Amino acid sequence: MTDLYKIALRNLLRYKRRTLLTASLITVGVVFVLIFVAVSGSFKAMMIGQITDSMMGHIQIHKKGYVASIDNLPLNLNLKSQAFARMDELLRSRKDIEASSPRLKFGGLFSNFAESTNVRLNGVYPEREFKTVPLLTSRITEGKKTIGKGEILIPALLAKGMKVKVGDPVVIVATNQDGSVNGKQFVVAGILEGVTGPGGRDGYIHIEDAAELLRMPALEISEIAIRLKDFDRLRPAFQEITKQLEAEFRKDDKFPLEIHTWEGLSPFFNIARMLDVMTFFIKLMLVALVLISVMNVMVMAVYERIREIGTMAAIGTPPGKILSLFMLEGLSLGVLGAITGGAAGFALLSVLNLSRITFDFGLQKGLLLRASVNPMDFVAIALIVILVSVVASLEPAFKASRMEPIVALRHV
Amino acid sequence: MSLVVAESITKDYRVGEVVVPALRGVSFAIDPASFVSFIGPSGSGKTTLLNLIGCLDAPTSGRMTVAGMDVGSLDRRQGAAFRGANIGFIFQDFNLLPVLTAYENIEYPLLMVRNVPPEERRRRVTELLEAVGMADQAGKRPDQLSGGQKQRVAVARALVAEPKVVLADEPTANLDSRTARTVIELMKTMRDQRRTTFIFSTHDQKLATEVEVLFRLEDGLLQSRRNGEE
Repeated sequence: MTDLYKIALRNLLRYKRRTLLTASLITVGVVFVLIFVAVSGSFKAMMIGQITDSMMGHIQIHKKGYVASIDNLPLNLNLKSQAFARMDELLRSRKDIEASSPRLKFGGLFSNFAESTNVRLNGVYPEREFKTVPLLTSRITEGKKTIGKGEILIPALLAKGMKVKVGDPVVIVATNQDGSVNGKQFVVAGILEGVTGPGGRDGYIHIEDAAELLRMPALEISEIAIRLKDFDRLRPAFQEITKQLEAEFRKDDKFPLEIHTWEGLSPFFNIARMLDVMTFFIKLMLVALVLISVMNVMVMAVYERIREIGTMAAIGTPPGKILSLFMLEGLSLGVLGAITGGAAGFALLSVLNLSRITFDFGLQKGLLLRASVNPMDFVAIALIVILVSVVASLEPAFKASRMEPIVALRHV
Repeated sequence: MSLVVAESITKDYRVGEVVVPALRGVSFAIDPASFVSFIGPSGSGKTTLLNLIGCLDAPTSGRMTVAGMDVGSLDRRQGAAFRGANIGFIFQDFNLLPVLTAYENIEYPLLMVRNVPPEERRRRVTELLEAVGMADQAGKRPDQLSGGQKQRVAVARALVAEPKVVLADEPTANLDSRTARTVIELMKTMRDQRRTTFIFSTHDQKLATEVEVLFRLEDGLLQSRRNGEE
């Protein structure tokens, strides 16, 4: 096989310009795919990071039916304190959970004593919330990076619209479950930069203030946000948590909870999926490029070497070896293109990262592009290129191996 | 026992709707270690006959036996194996593989066809390079060799697998007369040393004097046979 490979390589070198041109085409294709995968992957990871780390967490638990009515922030679909306590204990016992944060969500009236407007609020335990969604503190552009009792973090658009600054007193009025109305005065502790997505323009108060405002005799919870230690374990962790909660809470074939990953809650999951689909089509284009290039070269190689094939066959070279020779030439082209494409792609990615390119996402400005390719992604792309090169050379190689020596020797 | 036996061989080619007879009932026998030539003008059927002996083609009718094997009955794979084991070829245009050196061209049948171990390959190739006087050109590729040198390499390649018969189709057609004579001498010497049967075609009357058995072909028919001593 080594000797056959040596002959195949020499045949490729015999037509240097053509080989270089084809290898360059494959290289450009590989570079293009690598850059696209890296940039779109970086954008996707950043986007998911922004959504999960700024407000959603990785997984959320609600009472059944809550998500369908989430726009109304229904108070009658809250988790009762006893159920929450059992859930909280269960979640805290899991080693793969970094943090979890119970939230009491409600809608209210925000007043600056001169005018009023609607506001969506999250009652949270600040420490648990900041651990679960660590980017929340980075969204606080003015004021304290925490929430004390009697304090409120308000979204920037609301602060601007209502002309409210840090330290200003405001009043929140909310309707509780019984339909009665209650108000409470707060001090603006900080201004929150809004982010795109559900909950991206909510305000925050302490959960005990929320319970007091809503006149809850015992604390109730609208949702529990969970942050995993390893985001890559999202799927198995989600399945395990669901299984555990089902075992704990399912009664008479009824499961009173609904558990979602961020994917089921955020419309951005569809954008992430679109990126995956686009990556797939880009890879498909690479397959077509390699297929056509290699096939073209191999068809030409067979056509130009018909007499040579005739000589090899006449001497007694088995058809299988002639087939292997041409397939090795195709394989070598693929390997060459994949290696040079990989090297050039990674070099370009380094340049791209060194250039410190920034972009905007929603209201987030100047996010740094960190383009990187998972080594397994590169291996997959390289294997696709090599495999397609072999497939592309199969037909011409087969034709060469089936050639009648007498016909081939007569070829002019 | 004869090495090559042709019995009433006919071969027709179809050119469009027209059937062109290339051989019309040819019979002959060739003994081992002979030095044989088929002579005749272009289109007389020399190449067709060599192709049939070399099992590159099958007769339309009749039977061609080489080393006891009916070569017309072999399929593609069997034909390749039979040629690799029993027949060496020398072509008019030398047909050396351009990406291989003289050494590697000679080594090719041992490597790709016969799977001979490296030590044995080296011994046989070196010996033949010496025998054809090309030892000092071993590392050169075909495009660096003259016509005569190429044909010497081709002779060595044809002999390296120790075939029973070497077929040479117009081996001197592309050589000047002096080189042609040298190549014929070389083939004769190889026959003497290795007892290999050489069968070649030529239309050069001068070379006819060099052979021991001469078949004259004309219009697909064997016109005469002459032995060297006759």
